[in-house]
Amino acid sequence: MSEKVMVKGTEAIAEAAIRAGCRHYFGYPITPQSELTEYMARRFGDGDMNETFLQAESEVSAVNMVYGASCTGKRVMTSTSSPGYSLMQEGMSYLAGAELPSVFVNVTRGGPGLGDIQPAQSDYFQAVKGGGHGDYKLIVYGPESLQESVELTVKSFEVADKYRTPVLIMADGLLGQMMEPVEFPDYVDLDSLEKHSDWALQGSNKERPAHRVTSFNIDPYGLEEMNNRYQAKYREIEKNEKMYEEYMLDDADVVIVAYGTIGRIAKSVAKMAREKGIKAGVFRPITLWPYPYEELGSHAEKAKLFFTVEMSAGQMLEDVKLSVNGKVPVEFYGRTGGVVPTPGEIFSKLMELV
Amino acid sequence: MSYVEKFKGPKSLSGKEFTYCPGCHHGIIHRIVAEVIDELDIQGKTLMVAPVGCSVFGYEFFEVDGTVAAHGRAPAVATGMKRSSPENVVFTYQGDGDLAAIGTAEIIHAANRGERITTIFVNNAIYGMTGGQMAPTTLIDMKTSTSPYGRKAKTEGHPLHVSEVFKELAGVAYLARTSVNTPQDVMKTKKAIKKAFLAQINDIGFGMVEVLSTCPTNWGLNPVESMKWLKEKMYPEYPMGIFVDKVGDDK
Repeated sequence: MSEKVMVKGTEAIAEAAIRAGCRHYFGYPITPQSELTEYMARRFGDGDMNETFLQAESEVSAVNMVYGASCTGKRVMTSTSSPGYSLMQEGMSYLAGAELPSVFVNVTRGGPGLGDIQPAQSDYFQAVKGGGHGDYKLIVYGPESLQESVELTVKSFEVADKYRTPVLIMADGLLGQMMEPVEFPDYVDLDSLEKHSDWALQGSNKERPAHRVTSFNIDPYGLEEMNNRYQAKYREIEKNEKMYEEYMLDDADVVIVAYGTIGRIAKSVAKMAREKGIKAGVFRPITLWPYPYEELGSHAEKAKLFFTVEMSAGQMLEDVKLSVNGKVPVEFYGRTGGVVPTPGEIFSKLMELV
Repeated sequence: MSYVEKFKGPKSLSGKEFTYCPGCHHGIIHRIVAEVIDELDIQGKTLMVAPVGCSVFGYEFFEVDGTVAAHGRAPAVATGMKRSSPENVVFTYQGDGDLAAIGTAEIIHAANRGERITTIFVNNAIYGMTGGQMAPTTLIDMKTSTSPYGRKAKTEGHPLHVSEVFKELAGVAYLARTSVNTPQDVMKTKKAIKKAFLAQINDIGFGMVEVLSTCPTNWGLNPVESMKWLKEKMYPEYPMGIFVDKVGDDK
């Protein structure tokens, strides 16, 4: 670990990716994440043949360039914001089907349609319930701070390699644009990285049969077998990779559930509530998939109220309800369109409910 | 009988039986590509990107490392491969629906960047795998399942001349249009494909060969009639020739 430096969110993620061994970046400019693309252009665009920065002609091409680079077994990433991530959905499905390790960042902005360029969390369904066609899942992280973004970026490359899966970091526009001091990890030794030489397309050197990477199988039983393999992998990920934070929940009557920057704001709300004698705590999912259903649901045994807060019209809300399974009431407060709720505003809403 | 020498296939074909219809030219074109890979001695470092279309199984037919891209995206996938692994030789094999309709953005930008990849573009003026629908390359008045009254320029536009457009792009190092209708055409196509690979191997730029091809099944003709139709109808619309050659004749 080095000393703390003051950086912008998008640049913190970019630098963390480079330290994690990513040397290939393909992207397309879109607000509010273009600084990440620009950072990679500065770092990788200097003509070193062992690194790639390429500005693609579209997000559709960018995701397919990621597919190609991942085929060769290299650590690769792209970043985008909501409308651009929509364009990548075809590619996400192919990456999941072909089991290609890759890291994506969606600095989420207000939607639907062209929406605006302000922070939002309204791409949750797209991130965790599918997005593209077919039965597939991504590992999805929702960091609350720049330091956590840095750590989860490094982890994203590790789990992508470990499970041969695309990984998505959901950084809302607030996280992407704010500045905070962060501590970066050391650069990983590139020689120590997984080479994937058992499946990657690196040329057979005429020493082995050809490798073939595909999501394609015309035989329904063969394709079902592939699907069973994906599902077994997803069960394994559910078992090993859930992450969440519990804040002042030991004696809580009210469980505020929120992720990303709203998860962070929720902690201030819990403190304000406790000053008023209301025993509130926060459950903050860090992995949005796999979702910590049982861990969150276990609080329904003692708590009297769940209160979900999102910068959306209520998307993670559905997973909170699945976790609570009707045992106690689940209330919701959301702002949309890129409006970031203040702690005071969330607190007032909470006071109406208790 | 010791004097019987068996007709051997190129090493760069896997030997898996082709799934192509009788009289379709994909098989001939596959063999030519594989022979070129053998002759350039690049089998061990070649990566193939198959398209969506009749040649979707291409990555199983070639005995080189390969994948299959989403419809039209092969040049972007190939770009990712080549940029991350420049020591490999990367080629895409695409039909006219894949390359000239849904994948126009990917191919034109790869070509314009002078991406060090090679593209084999098979133009048979129709969608084969989906069952004979109109392609951007479908001829005027040609009947397909989605132009049942014949393609009309006013409503469906004109046949897209991909090579004539691409010859204007500075990143293109080799570009030719050929066919495999006669043994002579086969020889010319092989020479062109070799040069399209050399454009990449010699680090000059993007190489592409547009090969005019038959589709007896969807044209509703037998194989012999198809070759006649190709000559009479497609040759005038899509003149063959070498449009760009920055490779030269020295190896």
